[in-house]
Amino acid sequence: MTTTPSTTSKAVPDEQFDDLTQQRQAVLMGMWIFLATELMLFGGIFTAFTVYRFAYPDVFAEAATHLDLKLGTLNTVLLVTSSLFMALAERAVNAERRRLTLTFLLVTISIGVIFLGIKGYEWHHEYTEKLMPILGLEFIYPGANPDRAEMFFNFYYVLTGLHAVHMSMGLVMLTVLVVFTMRWRDPPRLGRQIQINGLYWAFVDVVWVFIFTTQYLLRA
Amino acid sequence: MSEAAANQASESYLSSGWRIRDWLLTTDHKRVAWLYTISITAFFFLGGLAALVIRLELMTPDGDVVSADAYNQLFTIHGVVMVWFFLIPSIPNTLGNFLLPLMVGAKDLAFPKLNLISWYIYTVGGLFTIAAVITSGVDTGWTFYTPYSTQFADRAVVAALTGVFVVGFSSIATGINFIVTTHKMRAPGLTWFRLPLFVWANYATSLVMVLATPVLSATLILLILERMMGIGIFDPALGGDPILFQHLFWFYSHPAVYIMILPGMGVVSELITCFSRKTVFGYHGMALSILAISVFGFLVWGHHMFVSGQSLYAGLMFSLFSFFVALPSAIKTFNWTATLYKGKLIFSAVMIYALSFVGLFTIGGFTGIFLASLAVDVHVHDTYFVVAHFHYIMVGSMVTAYIGGLHFWWPKMTGRMYPELWAKVAALALFIGFNLTFFPQYLMGYAGMPRRYQTYPEDFQILHVMSSLGAGVLAIGYLLPLVYLLWSLRWGKRAPPNPWRAAGLEWRTDSPPPKHNFLEPQTVTGPPYDYDTIDNK
Repeated sequence: MTTTPSTTSKAVPDEQFDDLTQQRQAVLMGMWIFLATELMLFGGIFTAFTVYRFAYPDVFAEAATHLDLKLGTLNTVLLVTSSLFMALAERAVNAERRRLTLTFLLVTISIGVIFLGIKGYEWHHEYTEKLMPILGLEFIYPGANPDRAEMFFNFYYVLTGLHAVHMSMGLVMLTVLVVFTMRWRDPPRLGRQIQINGLYWAFVDVVWVFIFTTQYLLRA
Repeated sequence: MSEAAANQASESYLSSGWRIRDWLLTTDHKRVAWLYTISITAFFFLGGLAALVIRLELMTPDGDVVSADAYNQLFTIHGVVMVWFFLIPSIPNTLGNFLLPLMVGAKDLAFPKLNLISWYIYTVGGLFTIAAVITSGVDTGWTFYTPYSTQFADRAVVAALTGVFVVGFSSIATGINFIVTTHKMRAPGLTWFRLPLFVWANYATSLVMVLATPVLSATLILLILERMMGIGIFDPALGGDPILFQHLFWFYSHPAVYIMILPGMGVVSELITCFSRKTVFGYHGMALSILAISVFGFLVWGHHMFVSGQSLYAGLMFSLFSFFVALPSAIKTFNWTATLYKGKLIFSAVMIYALSFVGLFTIGGFTGIFLASLAVDVHVHDTYFVVAHFHYIMVGSMVTAYIGGLHFWWPKMTGRMYPELWAKVAALALFIGFNLTFFPQYLMGYAGMPRRYQTYPEDFQILHVMSSLGAGVLAIGYLLPLVYLLWSLRWGKRAPPNPWRAAGLEWRTDSPPPKHNFLEPQTVTGPPYDYDTIDNK
């Protein structure tokens, strides 16, 4: 933020833009392209997963039964709900309703934190079951083909871990937005910021739906 | 400067502020372009130094200058630095950064702060990688193939991978910036088919950067996790497939070849039209073939893997698609030639660079067709034939275009003229030195000289010596511009706004331009490269 914040909302675009419409369009387009790069990032890993899912269909389907479907479903419901509140926050800020915006943002953050908590509990559970083949930990798999099953768990930890990293970054950004909302200095600008962060949050949500489908639901 | 005092707005971007933070915290795309130019030049000469030691070693059939391990580390340094830290960012981040906003008539890029951040990411990531590679024994080559990189090579490979991963963000940031700027910030009247081909080239490059780089990031993450945490996605012991790494790696790294060459094509299109005093032949074909190359570029990665054991059908398809890339490339080459036809050619130093590009690109391109043919590739795979091919494209074409472009826009960037005679000498030294270095490598490659070997049978010595001598001439061709361009900053003649009587918005403003590029908003009313109108004025 190069410009000095003022208490009145100002309709001046950043210096490289001609007007606010141009700025808004540029910022939105930038975010969409960034999401395209994120799609390619997860796409590469999903592609690798697909290759092995086809190579070892039975082992992967069997290994997936060792994940906790109930908690995975609960997390899916939670995350989709959080996106609803994120969208509501966008509405509220555009209506210039400060307290409401703040509430919706805080609800979104809380649900996100609960999601990560449940995810952490799942990981801990898998750790105690000795299904966590990382950092040289012991991996004791009760089914057939434990080495192929280990490959399944490798993908499970890569995908859920990378997703959790994205969630955490989203939570940090949402926290910054909470601070901006409390200050309430430039609501139109805040509206743009909440809009592009909302896009990111929705994207992370969609990625989770794919992770849930490929890891939890494709089971024997 | 009295005129600067008269009006702060018309003050040049160079004269406003010379405190350290005026440069290190600048968001002016023209100053960020300079930051990039300095970093990239340093990396270029570091990578070149490694190449010189390699050529020195290869003067004799035995390993007598450095140890075998040191040799492997040297070609790793050369490859890592040249590919990741020179070729990929070179033209987009220096000339592109400086010129793209000027060429579309904008005040700056869409996201100036992101632009500055990308330079920090690039420089810090680059230095980190170099430090890791030099202080340890990373000898994987620039491709980090598994299982060597994951199970055998020096552990510092993780640090090198991390650095390359981080630098990827700078590519992505640049790509996003360029795409949004081209879409949203063009001056009134500047329609898509009035854009200079340099802008088209950088636009297509940005598309590739944005879509391919994340896949490399994903692949590097998987490598790092395998090495650090034992998550063995490519581990054969778990039924993992090391070849899958090659697929993912080349899915990025083949399109990355077009990240490197497309901007060069854009530069040369500008140079050739200007010094032929003619509009570019087949403008639409030129613009669309740039896009076509960037699209086809995504479908050919498997031609790096013809001997890796991929299925014959996959090999056939990749071979076919690789031939398709030759079509738009040939369209471009013919159109450059047709632009020269009946032009009023001016053999300035810049033109010599441009013509060198076309000739070297043609040779490099033709030999690429040899390599795209399945059976021929089995014969010359992993030989010096491949080395010569990609150096004709990456060095002969791309670096020549970069240096040619640097000369062409030097008056705009610095407000100074360079000494034309010395520039001609350097351009000729580059052309002669380059061919002397790399043409013998085609011959020895075809005769069976393998890549990455420190020692070789005596039969190859004469060709190796020619190549090494050529590298010396080439080094002069690179060092000369460094000297006289720096000299010109202080003693060069002052440049007028448009010393070449060139078309394009960037020539309408002062040399060097004011901070916001133009004193008045620009509008465009005609087609690009309207040299008939300019010369008849």
